[in-house]
Amino acid sequence: MLGLLARRLAFTVPMLVVVSFCVFSLIVLVPGDPAVALAGENPDPEQIAAVRERLGLDDPFLVQFWHWFSGVLQGDLGQSLFSSQSVAAAVFSRLPATLSLALLSLAVALVLGVAVGVLAAMRPGTWIDRVATFAASLGVAVPYFWVGMILVLLFAINLTIFPAVGYVPLTENPLQWFLHLFLPATALGLAPAAVIARQTRAGMTGVLREDYVRTATAKGLPPARVVGQHALKNAAVPVVTAFGLEASRLIGGTVVIEQLFALPGLGNLAYTSVFARDFPMVQGVLLVVAALVLLINLLVDLSYGYFNPRIRQS
Amino acid sequence: MSAPATTSTLLGVSDLRVEFATDHGWSTVVAGTTFSVGEHEIVGLVGESGSGKTVTGLSVLGLLPRGVGRVASGSVTLGGRDLLGLSERELRSVRGNEVAMVFQEPMTSLNPAFRIGDQIAETVRLHRGGSRRAARDRAVEVLDLVGIPHARRRADDYPHEFSGGMRQRAMIAMAVSCEPSLLIADEPTTALDVTIQAQVLELLASMQAELGMSVLLVTHDLGVVAEVCERVVVMYAGQVVEQADVGELFDHPRHPYTEGLLAAMPQLGSRGHRLPSIPGRTPEPWAMPPGCRFAPRCEYALPACEEPPPLLTTRPDHLSRCLRHDELTLRGAR
Repeated sequence: MLGLLARRLAFTVPMLVVVSFCVFSLIVLVPGDPAVALAGENPDPEQIAAVRERLGLDDPFLVQFWHWFSGVLQGDLGQSLFSSQSVAAAVFSRLPATLSLALLSLAVALVLGVAVGVLAAMRPGTWIDRVATFAASLGVAVPYFWVGMILVLLFAINLTIFPAVGYVPLTENPLQWFLHLFLPATALGLAPAAVIARQTRAGMTGVLREDYVRTATAKGLPPARVVGQHALKNAAVPVVTAFGLEASRLIGGTVVIEQLFALPGLGNLAYTSVFARDFPMVQGVLLVVAALVLLINLLVDLSYGYFNPRIRQS
Repeated sequence: MSAPATTSTLLGVSDLRVEFATDHGWSTVVAGTTFSVGEHEIVGLVGESGSGKTVTGLSVLGLLPRGVGRVASGSVTLGGRDLLGLSERELRSVRGNEVAMVFQEPMTSLNPAFRIGDQIAETVRLHRGGSRRAARDRAVEVLDLVGIPHARRRADDYPHEFSGGMRQRAMIAMAVSCEPSLLIADEPTTALDVTIQAQVLELLASMQAELGMSVLLVTHDLGVVAEVCERVVVMYAGQVVEQADVGELFDHPRHPYTEGLLAAMPQLGSRGHRLPSIPGRTPEPWAMPPGCRFAPRCEYALPACEEPPPLLTTRPDHLSRCLRHDELTLRGAR
């Protein structure tokens, strides 16, 4: 297992460098000059040149990158162009809301997806299977922002069970934290739940026919343990793969959902920074999000070793 | 060979009828099978694929695939207790505990995602309770018993680190871990190399002797039966066609199908000769001949064989489902 960890880490670290480079280049390629925006109304060329000089925008590209990257290595993501707030401080103050939303959505996706997939696989061809398959197709097809709006209409406006917007930190009030995140997390988690349900059903349908499942039953194990332990662990690898891909996509989805539910998260910060052309802020957010995605992929890769012992030795 | 009359019955299968869902509706694949396994006895259940022998074995523990197979009628008793009437919960306390099974495919019968020792310990804790450590020790003990070298270390291995023969030993270790009174072994040697086959059979026999359990050995191979069994039940097309002590059956078969099976066994010193085979094939469950089911393939068939024959007592402890069991002189094993 340690060997697997070392191999995956050796792959992840250079990946992070490449991602940083891409994140930085992206900003240079985007049209619009931050110096023009910063120089105030009706600036003359000298003012703009002065701002460019101050921001180091006239340096060669690789020098600019090195200035930024050497800062990143020391944990300094730079300064906001407009508020003189440090990017790192802004990003980390927004991280809890986004992480809460992402983790709850993934929990919804995993619990719902696996449960529906397993139920469908246990009774193939029955009405349970057909309802599950239909719901999964629907879940994949429906956009999450639309689901979010419908959920707000139903549960926040008509039934008033959950608040429609806003965020309460977990450390302040766990119940309110959960209530505020329930609708956005459900909206964001339904589509990945559908994908996971399909993968689980496909995997479990095959595994439940395996000889070792019959062995487990012949030992006298109750069905819940035969299915939940012996079968599920063997069907897990494709499910975890789908989970990893969906998790990466879901982090992108937080941008829209955070706008919809007025959550003070990274997506919200990215959104406002892009429109303000606050490039250091955008770079900081992108870098942290990319690191999160790489971390998810690392965890998924490591989980393969847990679910399939043969991977550990290869 | 021991006289079965003196041993008391452990497993009693009586008039068992099993149906499977096919394209032709529910078809009867086991049609009124009756046989018994005495205490401390090794009985061979022999037949071609499709004869219903595996299905009979699975029915004993209620392991027929759900929605596909069902017991339509008959009874299965273990030590006088009716197994077919048990609730699912009661049945679970029998499975792996009083009756254990070993399956044909050692390569796929162990779960690839769990350590071998853990898979055995799981059975032990399920039926015996106790601490993880005690169950673990028991797993190592039975692995050692079935001849796995360095059992304590190998218990930490995953199935893919074991060879085919070792996996079958591990399956047997798992099966005997709770000291069952009956072991059902379904083609336990079929998937193994010939040299390993002999070792596994030897192991089964020694486990039987050591633990005093009974064994129902399901196989298509009369050679395997000759090696370890005391009594044989021959099945054909879902019916028992002959039943006798091994020696008696091999020397004086009383059913033409058994004669055919014996003739098809490879013999030492018969090199260069083509092995005889029984012409034709096993009838499909939905197209059974109305009379004797073997008649269409039988060289001795008469018009009277158009009527279904009952299982007849031809000698003491020797049953045959052939009308001509007394008049024919059939060839035994050469």
